[in-house]
Amino acid sequence: MNRYLPLAILSLAILSFATLLLVIIPGMQIDKSGVSPGLKPYTVAQARGRAVYVSLGCLYCHSQQPRDEAQAPDGERGWGRASVAGDYAYDTPHQLGTMRTGPDLMNIGDRMPSQGWQLTHLYQPRAISSWSIMPAYPYLFAHKDKADPGDVVVKLPPAYAPKTGVIVAKQDALDLVTYLQGMKHDYAPPAEGLRDDGYALMAAQQHNNDAAKASK
Amino acid sequence: MQITPTLGLLLALSFIVSLLALTALIWAIANKQVHTPDQDDARSIFQPGEGAEIDSPALPHHFDTARSGIDKSSAGPVMWLISMGVFWLIYGSIHGLAASLELHLPDLMSGSAHMTFGRMRTVHLNSVIYGWSSQAGLAAIFWIIPRIFHTPLRLGWMVNLGTLIWNLGVAAGVLAIANGWTDGLEWLEIPWQIDIALAIGAACFVAPLIATTRARKVHHIYVSGWYFLAGVLWFPMLFIIANIPGLHWGVEQATMNWWFAHNVLGLWLTPLGVGTAYYFIPKIIGKPIYSYSVSLVGFWALALFYSQVGIHHLIGGPVPTWLVTLSVVHSIMMFVPVIAVAINQHVTVARNLWALKASMPLRFISFGAVCYTLASFQGSIEALRSVNTITHFTQYTIGHAHLGAYAFVSLVLFGAIYQIVPRATGKYFPFPRLIAWHFWLVVVGFAVYFFSLTIGGVLQGLAMLDASKPFADSVILLKPYLEGRSLGGGLMTLGHILLAVNLIALAFSKRTQDLETEPMVAAQ
Repeated sequence: MNRYLPLAILSLAILSFATLLLVIIPGMQIDKSGVSPGLKPYTVAQARGRAVYVSLGCLYCHSQQPRDEAQAPDGERGWGRASVAGDYAYDTPHQLGTMRTGPDLMNIGDRMPSQGWQLTHLYQPRAISSWSIMPAYPYLFAHKDKADPGDVVVKLPPAYAPKTGVIVAKQDALDLVTYLQGMKHDYAPPAEGLRDDGYALMAAQQHNNDAAKASK
Repeated sequence: MQITPTLGLLLALSFIVSLLALTALIWAIANKQVHTPDQDDARSIFQPGEGAEIDSPALPHHFDTARSGIDKSSAGPVMWLISMGVFWLIYGSIHGLAASLELHLPDLMSGSAHMTFGRMRTVHLNSVIYGWSSQAGLAAIFWIIPRIFHTPLRLGWMVNLGTLIWNLGVAAGVLAIANGWTDGLEWLEIPWQIDIALAIGAACFVAPLIATTRARKVHHIYVSGWYFLAGVLWFPMLFIIANIPGLHWGVEQATMNWWFAHNVLGLWLTPLGVGTAYYFIPKIIGKPIYSYSVSLVGFWALALFYSQVGIHHLIGGPVPTWLVTLSVVHSIMMFVPVIAVAINQHVTVARNLWALKASMPLRFISFGAVCYTLASFQGSIEALRSVNTITHFTQYTIGHAHLGAYAFVSLVLFGAIYQIVPRATGKYFPFPRLIAWHFWLVVVGFAVYFFSLTIGGVLQGLAMLDASKPFADSVILLKPYLEGRSLGGGLMTLGHILLAVNLIALAFSKRTQDLETEPMVAAQ
């Protein structure tokens, strides 16, 4: 190769082609599939809590995308049904995640609806699960001598409770818990919901092959 | 959703287009429709009479006067890029090590939100990608491009300006992340307002390269040049499209996210590493690469296939089936460019193993080149649905990412720094033995790191797939492997500190040799 311009044009054309296939066409298809019926926009408090979730980087250990039963036992673990594109219509930035150092949170509001549990767990995860490696978030809470009216006091086992006074939740902690409590995608998915059905298709094919073998 | 005929057609179309393009290229080469680069072109990086002697500071190849002044034109900008790159390497390594420790000592640093795992790990990633490897890679580009084009660097002041703006951007970016201001997408955390500075910085790097390319004194563009010139166009395009605020939403944003993130690896860091290795391996050994025409297939196949692999990060997720399958297929096709590069680089080294003993830079670069092959093969296999279902949400992925971004790209760049700096400054490294220590610390450290996460990740994935085991099992079994990762990461960080010590000591040492670019008599 000896000329710069053809090299530059062809390189950019190839990337444009990839952008068309990986971003633009899927974007149009996802747009067309619309919002899942049953999905509600975030309330103001939930949106604030989601911002706390994003800012603390919860994404780096928690996914929000339960898998299909043909692939993994996410449903059996109580993480909820396999999600579809329409379930994320109000999400920006998306928080699908690529790690499960901790469990999937797409339906944490179903699984752990208690505000008290969530607050204790955020203040000190090891107060609830000794094996947990989740960070503690003490800075989302305040240490006071006495709770003021309207304060939400965090219940703590003696080993993690302060010697005197109480631990109360700051607004960020309350918002974050409101967001987590709202993570419930228990409505029925749309019939034409968009998701990777590769594993279901593979399982169906396997099933057919087995049936064909059995009938021989 | 079932695969509709339209989408199936689209999927097939993309694959066929890529395959046809590759076939057309091979046909064109076979029938001499295009000028096929041959072994004479491969020798364009050497001067007449440049023999097979080792290119070490003690025994330098001579450059004729035609190239005199070339290195001098780029030395300043290159040294700035290297210095800033190494600063971010240290900064990023410390954050990476801290994040690693937090995963098995969760209460160690929980006093402040700045130091929580989610931010520490993100500062690590952004420091090492945008601060370290991008800048060290740019240093290699600005060193190599004038040399292969036999002409001094043009618009050098603009490179310095770009370096200044870029570093302010990276610094502001990691500061924002530590304080909780983030765009919230993996690899795209730096707020878009700050990204404007990075985009301006990137533009300041592109213009001098185009100017130097247009002023080149050789007809042929050496293979490293293809990778570099394409890479510096790909990165700004990716970066700008991905950061336009308000454009991306929901699951579309997720596909865009992984289109971007994997292309930063495939179309930016990989061209930096492969291009650098393509120059220094033959240059240090003093022999042209093994099969130059294969490199053309390798380059275009990389562009065609690598650009479409990103959605394998969303296998089993809420994205269209055809899209996932498309990325899986292209991930497998990556064997083509990777084998092409492997044939060229590894055979050249394997025929000259003596040189590995003689040249520390070559040892770093060859080790990195081998890891490119390994990381790519691993990546292709990892994209298979059956494998991915085990490894997807686990530490295995982190091990793989470091095999590519660290053991391949960073090792090649370490070698490049050790090769470039004495020639750019006219000074020897004051502590040559520390270079060997650096090599062994990072190699051993990385081995501990990689095998810990790979084994731990597989066990973690299998435990999560086993419905009879509680989720807690997957966390508990992982802990010793996370400790292993911290040990490996600690050794790697120690190696990086040795590099920094050598560089700082060199900066304060007296000049001991003339710049290689000045006319010199060939080594006797």
